[in-house]
Amino acid sequence: MIRYLTALAVLAGFAIMPEVIGEYYVEIMILFMINLILASSFRLITTCGDWSLSHVVFMGVGAYATALLAKFLGWPFWGTVLLGGMASAVVGLAVVFPLLRTKGFGFFIGSFALGEFVRLIWVKFHFPFGGPRGMIGIPSIELSDIDFYEATPYYYLVLLFTIGCLAVLYRIDLSRTGRVLKAIYADEDLSKCIGINVARYRAMAFSVSAFFAGIAGVLLAHRLGAIDPKNFDVNTMVYLVIWVVVGGVGSFWGPLIGVAVMMLVGEAARPLAEWRPLLFGGILIAFLTLLPGGLDSLMSKVRELLDRRTADGTKEN
Amino acid sequence: MDWPTFIQSISNAVILGSIYAIVAVGLALAFGVMQMANFAHGEFFMAGAYVVYVLYALGGMPFPAAVISAFPIVAALGMVTERFVFRPTRGNVLAGFMATAGVAFILQVIVGQVWGVGLMRSVPTPYMGAASILGAQMSWQRLIILPSTLVMVGGLWFFLHNMKLGKALRACAQDVEAASLQGININKITALSMAISGGFAGVAGALMAPINAVTPYMGHSIIVTAFIVVIVGGMASIEGSILAAFILGFIHTFVTTLFDAVLATMAGVAFMAIILVVKPTGLLGRVRM
Repeated sequence: MIRYLTALAVLAGFAIMPEVIGEYYVEIMILFMINLILASSFRLITTCGDWSLSHVVFMGVGAYATALLAKFLGWPFWGTVLLGGMASAVVGLAVVFPLLRTKGFGFFIGSFALGEFVRLIWVKFHFPFGGPRGMIGIPSIELSDIDFYEATPYYYLVLLFTIGCLAVLYRIDLSRTGRVLKAIYADEDLSKCIGINVARYRAMAFSVSAFFAGIAGVLLAHRLGAIDPKNFDVNTMVYLVIWVVVGGVGSFWGPLIGVAVMMLVGEAARPLAEWRPLLFGGILIAFLTLLPGGLDSLMSKVRELLDRRTADGTKEN
Repeated sequence: MDWPTFIQSISNAVILGSIYAIVAVGLALAFGVMQMANFAHGEFFMAGAYVVYVLYALGGMPFPAAVISAFPIVAALGMVTERFVFRPTRGNVLAGFMATAGVAFILQVIVGQVWGVGLMRSVPTPYMGAASILGAQMSWQRLIILPSTLVMVGGLWFFLHNMKLGKALRACAQDVEAASLQGININKITALSMAISGGFAGVAGALMAPINAVTPYMGHSIIVTAFIVVIVGGMASIEGSILAAFILGFIHTFVTTLFDAVLATMAGVAFMAIILVVKPTGLLGRVRM
């Protein structure tokens, strides 16, 4: 009951937020929700132990697909969002294929290199991808009479998509597939012994999470109106890793908390300018060495401590 | 491609392969001992280049002395990384690797803030002129890389096979538990392996400083290639990474000569993908990654 009330309160908070905060913060909230989709889809691959270092590249695939479809072919939003996600999923399948025989470092490094490959295609080909300067003039969304160029309508559109994507990802996490992925992480050989097709599940997790990253990319491209290959480089990837590490991947909520906390820290550290990467790098090292489970594990640790204390208390009584 | 261009490309490929070899051997050595890859290895390369920039271009120290002092300075960076990043996260494959991405960020910011981000630091060429090899022109500056590589890799080979400490290092790479049962201090060996690894990356960067543009972000291009090299060679195999370094050096040079540098990097990644499908252990590796 408390859980439903909390969820309802959070949703209501998100619903009335644009009325309360200024336009600048509405823009920040749009980016925040897009990052929520990105981080949550990233967690899906990490549940089977594959920390893909090419995840933001798939956001780029969605963004570039949107740019091409909307700019050159004049496709409407529903077309770009579907095809952007699908394109990402298909590229994801192609990328994960050579990686399926690797695990651990081979996978991390291999996915990093293959992500660079996809990114370099955008850098290399001036037509149609615009080369290193990227693409500009991506049209905003227009649906029926509403002009989504304004921040507030766009906010509600992204909110709708965020709720939808997170709900699907949450269902996947609880489903049999989600459990199979965790089993693969816990013990790959044992999973094979009980008849799990490990390669197929890993490929599926990779492709599905690429699909959602692609949707995040579609929403980003329509909002920014301009994208370039640098948006999806390894620096952005490390920031995504920092969000997810700070939040922790132990539960579905960890990455969401991580994005919220680190975006707050990022906003607060805006005056530091060029020193910000140092702060973020320090935070990343601190969390990995001192609290590898992230903020999420901190909460369960506190709860465990409280439980033990109350249990002790009842015993004494 | 005419004959002089061909000869020129071959000599360029050998030089580039030597640089890749120095960088990748360090990565492979550290991986063999700790089962841990270092994301900041490219930044160690960058740090080596800055050592030459500061000591030679700004400080007026002779070039060879500056290159040699890059070894202990960057080796110390490697040991600090081992002590404060790899040792606390030992046993957690992911944490150590990702934390070094934080080390990379920190080194980039510090170097950028101390010596500036915007302009390229140009290091004057200490050795003017060029040698003529079968009709190809090779500047002395590039040519000295080859003997330096031979000395370093040969020195490492001698150390690993003939000295007690080197043998202990190889023992750790084979089986950490058995090695510690023989009384080998594991912490000492991992620190040593990171020192050698960092030192090699530093010297490679130092040698490339007069040739490359010296910027805080120059590590990025080298780390992609270094990772590709160690995967192709077989993660923990030093011989494999030397072989793979020269193969990648040839691919990179010839594709760059015929097409361009972006396509050359893509060709390297494509080659890695083929190796991963055909032989996931790498060319000379034995363990599955």
